[in-house]
Amino acid sequence: MAGISIDRVSKVYAGGVSAVREVSVDIPDGAFAVLVGPSGCGKSTLLRMIAGLEAITSGDVTIGARRVNDLDPADRDIAMVFQNYALYPHMSVRENLSYGLRNRKTPKDEIARRVQAAADILQIGPFLDRKPRALSGGQRQRVAMGRAIVREPAAFLFDEPLSNLDAKLRVQMRAEIKQLQRRLGTTSIYVTHDQQEAMTMADKLIVLNGGVIEQEGEALDIYRRPATTFVAAFIGSPPMNLIDARVAGGRLLVGSAVVADGVGMADGAVTLGIRPEDLEPGGGGLDLTVDFVEEMGAERLVHGLHEGQKVIVTLPPDYPLGERLRVTAPGDRLHLFDPATGRRLDA
Amino acid sequence: MVENRPWLTLLAHVVLTFGVALVAFPVWIALVASTHEPSTFLSGVVPLWFGDNAYDSYATMLSAGISTSGAPPVSGMLFNSMVMAILIAVGKIAISLTSAFAIVYFRFPFRQAAFWMIFITLMLPVEVRILPTFEVVAGLGLLNSYAGLTIPLIASATATFLFRQVFLTIPDELTEAARIDGAGPLKFFKDILIPLSRTNIAALFVILFIYGWNQYLWPLLITTDDGSYTIVAGIKRMAEVAEADPQWNFIMATAVMAMLPPVLVVLLMQRLFVKGLVETEK
Repeated sequence: MAGISIDRVSKVYAGGVSAVREVSVDIPDGAFAVLVGPSGCGKSTLLRMIAGLEAITSGDVTIGARRVNDLDPADRDIAMVFQNYALYPHMSVRENLSYGLRNRKTPKDEIARRVQAAADILQIGPFLDRKPRALSGGQRQRVAMGRAIVREPAAFLFDEPLSNLDAKLRVQMRAEIKQLQRRLGTTSIYVTHDQQEAMTMADKLIVLNGGVIEQEGEALDIYRRPATTFVAAFIGSPPMNLIDARVAGGRLLVGSAVVADGVGMADGAVTLGIRPEDLEPGGGGLDLTVDFVEEMGAERLVHGLHEGQKVIVTLPPDYPLGERLRVTAPGDRLHLFDPATGRRLDA
Repeated sequence: MVENRPWLTLLAHVVLTFGVALVAFPVWIALVASTHEPSTFLSGVVPLWFGDNAYDSYATMLSAGISTSGAPPVSGMLFNSMVMAILIAVGKIAISLTSAFAIVYFRFPFRQAAFWMIFITLMLPVEVRILPTFEVVAGLGLLNSYAGLTIPLIASATATFLFRQVFLTIPDELTEAARIDGAGPLKFFKDILIPLSRTNIAALFVILFIYGWNQYLWPLLITTDDGSYTIVAGIKRMAEVAEADPQWNFIMATAVMAMLPPVLVVLLMQRLFVKGLVETEK
């Protein structure tokens, strides 16, 4: 058991492409940290540097009290779960689980005990003597997790482990992974591009974009107070509305509509962020022309236009809709960002 | 495509039957000839059915050979051919596996150059470099030895390219999983790569065994001693008797026996080969 500390880590590829830039983050012992970001944001590269599969250009990675920069992946006391499971196709499930232990000269009875324990936890006991190809996607995923568990490592690293599963199984497996991690209390780093997966699983959420950390913290805090327009748009589904607005004499205006009064801010352009679920019908705020409606069952997503700007509103499924819709949001649910830098203004 | 054109079907069958006959007829003649008296074939009429001399032909060739035409017993030549073919197949596979492993998994200076150098050996089979190679082998005192028979033929990594392609299809994540599981390069090679290339190795073994077995020119050149003749080259020596008629029944019996081992290898390995082709998942 150990915390992981990443100190000003950068990765520059041979061609001069910089994938990760001066990233620093501390993951406390036993925490479930999720690295989330769009593809190409450097999240996998960062994970692979922690695993030792990718050389670190500069900076330090510490696992427990050890600086691991120059250690082989096998000596870092980590276990990794890969996107396509990476099970050894010619070995039975049992051999897959025990291969890492055999290479470490673990005594036979100890291997047998750990494999059995992992098989019990993951309910893969009946498949121990099958080859991976005879298993379903979810079962293979479990075996891949089992291979990590038997090692009893200081940290688990997950590289988009659920992206090959169908939607239903993904939801089920993500709950299982989270429960398992709670139960074992092993520090984990989980990479995903799925913000929903990230939100639901993370003790600590780290949003990466363009090789730098946009924001880190507890998932709900990030959801409630996104630090940048990028995070605002990336975390949450449907995404937060980002609307061009301006402040004039203490009033917040979108086009000609007054959205809020008494804004303590100098006059000028701002980007206004409002979550679709924070918009309520009525009042004198935005005046939308309804463009189209997505029926989600539990709710309906109304896509509308306010003076040419797109706005999405979440409404109850039975809400009567006309051609036009007036919506407003409480003052404490408005997020203001600098339109030039994208940073939050009331931080 | 479902088609029903009787004439086309008929034509296809005629062509195929003709092709099979063309290949099978000489084999049939060899089989038949090996069962007749030596004189039968010299009469000018080629018999199409078995004679009654089979036991004599095969027993003589296996145990005694024909001393008049300087042919040693076939059993010894079969053994030599077997050793040569196996050494060539195993040697070539071993060299190709390790060189492909180096080229695909290690970053070293002039890696691409090394690969192309190996590739170029494809253009230099023994027949092309036969005189210099003979010179070298003779200089090393390897005439009439298994080493001399096989090493010059092994020394071309024909299959490196094949194994390189096989290794490139093995996902990187598998390599990384093995690294995290604490498998060093040699362990990875032994535990992961070789089992995953098993079917390719089997297929290649069949091809290379036959290649080795059918070697003719090189053994003919470097074996001068009865005890180290190989069977394919030996047949030629038998047919080339100086002052007598060739004893066709003995020659044909030898030819039939020379054909058997490759056939057996193909038949036996084919099962593994096909089974392997079905299991494609990596």
